[in-house]
Amino acid sequence: MADSAPATPGSTLRVCALYPDLMNIYADRGNLIVLERRCAWRGIGFQLFSSSLGEPLDGGEHDLFYIGGGQDRDQRLCAEDLIENKREGLRAAAARGAIVLGVCGGYQLLGHSYALGEEEIPGVGLLDVRTVREDGPRLIGNVAIEASLDEMDANAEERVLAGFENHGGRTYLAEGQAPLGRVLKGYGNDGRSGVEGARTANTIGTYLHGPLLPKNVWFADWLISRALGLGPGELAPLEDGIERQTHRSARQAAGV
Amino acid sequence: MSATLQVKLALARAVGALSRLRGGGATSVPGKVLMRLQPDAIGALGARLRMGSVLVSATNGKTTTATMTAAVLQRAGIELVHNQAGANMAGGIATTLIGASRPHGSMAGELGLFEVDELWLASLAAQLRPRVVLLGNLFRDQLDRYGELETIAESWKRVIEDGAAQLVLNADDPLVADLGRGRSDVVYFGLEDDTLALPGMAHAADAKHCRRCGAPYVFDAVYLGHLGHYHCPSCGQSRPAPTVSAGEVRLEGVRAARFTLSTPAGQAEVSLALPGLYNVYNALAAAALATALEVPLETIAAGLSSARAAFGRAESVGLAIPATAGGAAAARRELRIMLIKNPAGANEVLRTLALEPGEHDLLGVLNDQIADGRDVSWIWDADFELLADRVRLATCSGTRAADLAARLKYAGLDPSRIHIQSDLGAALREAAAERPDADAPLYALPTYTAMLSLRELLVARGEASSAWS
Repeated sequence: MADSAPATPGSTLRVCALYPDLMNIYADRGNLIVLERRCAWRGIGFQLFSSSLGEPLDGGEHDLFYIGGGQDRDQRLCAEDLIENKREGLRAAAARGAIVLGVCGGYQLLGHSYALGEEEIPGVGLLDVRTVREDGPRLIGNVAIEASLDEMDANAEERVLAGFENHGGRTYLAEGQAPLGRVLKGYGNDGRSGVEGARTANTIGTYLHGPLLPKNVWFADWLISRALGLGPGELAPLEDGIERQTHRSARQAAGV
Repeated sequence: MSATLQVKLALARAVGALSRLRGGGATSVPGKVLMRLQPDAIGALGARLRMGSVLVSATNGKTTTATMTAAVLQRAGIELVHNQAGANMAGGIATTLIGASRPHGSMAGELGLFEVDELWLASLAAQLRPRVVLLGNLFRDQLDRYGELETIAESWKRVIEDGAAQLVLNADDPLVADLGRGRSDVVYFGLEDDTLALPGMAHAADAKHCRRCGAPYVFDAVYLGHLGHYHCPSCGQSRPAPTVSAGEVRLEGVRAARFTLSTPAGQAEVSLALPGLYNVYNALAAAALATALEVPLETIAAGLSSARAAFGRAESVGLAIPATAGGAAAARRELRIMLIKNPAGANEVLRTLALEPGEHDLLGVLNDQIADGRDVSWIWDADFELLADRVRLATCSGTRAADLAARLKYAGLDPSRIHIQSDLGAALREAAAERPDADAPLYALPTYTAMLSLRELLVARGEASSAWS
């Protein structure tokens, strides 16, 4: 992990990518590029740190933690390391309100466990969910959900997240655990429950994998606002002509 | 049995002719019909090839490697049965075999040269029992269809364990090279040119960890994606010494490349009419395969130098630009088509474009059909940043035109240089007509189905000839 430069709170977004060398299977860096650019265009500072295998994690140093998807083998390696080196730091970060965003395999690791037959891979338990690899096909395809982010002052169209999912695991929410949203098209957590992802305060998990922020820049802005503690409307609007077409194209692909 | 097969062949051919009449490419329909009639048809027809078969598989470069191999083997006087249109699943290979079948059980050709889809390698190798299998590389590609790299590597391993085929493997790809573990008859190929080493590994690189012990590899040189010179500091596994290698590589922009080819027979200069380091790898693979087939070195070098682009792979087409009402005269403009379909391949195309001086005009066509991969996430793994300040105008088209436009914007292109036109015909017209000066080519970067649509358009415009010849 790089040294943390001093940052004036509110003026610089400090992002920590977990295992960017391993948990990046679906081009997860697209999310980091979008966060960086949208901060830069607004004159907001952006610092990117990483923490990979064997490296400790200081939960007090960053505003947003990102963990993406990986191959089974790499996900196992990361799960062990997460428990050993990063669980406490990540819990402390979540407790003080930092954003923790887990995507695809990263979502699974934020839960309690991932059962693969006899084997059970432990997670950090920030989300009250369990994932099971069951018989049946992988859940693959375009997906769109209506996110329920209660505090946001967005219009109805801007509540839709569109993307692509590709997961063998089925994720089950515990009683009382809120999903990220309602499935409009696609499979979501398990292909049956009609819900997708999970969210507890600023910890969010989703199966909309890889570069979901380029297709949903409203969500990127929501994350930036929350991470910097800005109120609604405090983030300067950007010229999003291309981004709006991209969002529409992803929705159309999902049939929404 | 044989007579019955002849009847079935005739039937399959008739269906193919019908399909062609109805406008189909007919590169796999007759084969599918024949396999329905006789499931073991590929094995039965393949057994008629006097010299047997060789199979070529890889994530990137299958078609070009096979095209280069064909140029070499034909020069060596070997008559080939080759699926040159790139239909590389069972239906396509069966169709190629049908096309080569002659009465009384003879074949028009003595050696089968088949490029094979990664996922079909196991089943086709079991049927064809090839004498040589060439495995070029494994990169992440269309994860919605192919799954994880490890899965493909495992299925390839089973092919190798089951078969008696000689292996030709890329020494520089740790995933591929490890398939030759414990075998003494492997022909390895690799690059030996430190001047080409990249400063670091590409973002989208795979296979960073040792196949045997899981420790991270140390790369002493990275040439392309995860291809390079590597060793494992933990268990000692290292890149095998290549039997066939390329040194003194000179990349000449978007048009050509030269290198010194070394084989056990000596050294020869190769002058490729194809650009980029990825094509040097393809040529090296073809040279290694030809070496395994005991083709003389001079023939290999001459064959490689005579090889031309496979369709849609650095293919050059002359576009006719009509006169405008504003007074501009009718003109011609070069269109160079460079297929992009996954991060590793796209990065090599982008690197090659970056070698060419000046600002470029691009026509990017991003489709999300099944053959492209429904998931367009991969464009965020490709380093479009390489061209951030090198693009004059980027026209984005295809079913996911806007996704590509967003990728280019976030790579650093000014939005005023990005134009979205989903309709491919209109996009081609507009991009071709909007030119800075007489000599500037237009570079088309299409995904697989977009490349087929683009070629269809060019054939309809009378500017390219059909690939199905």
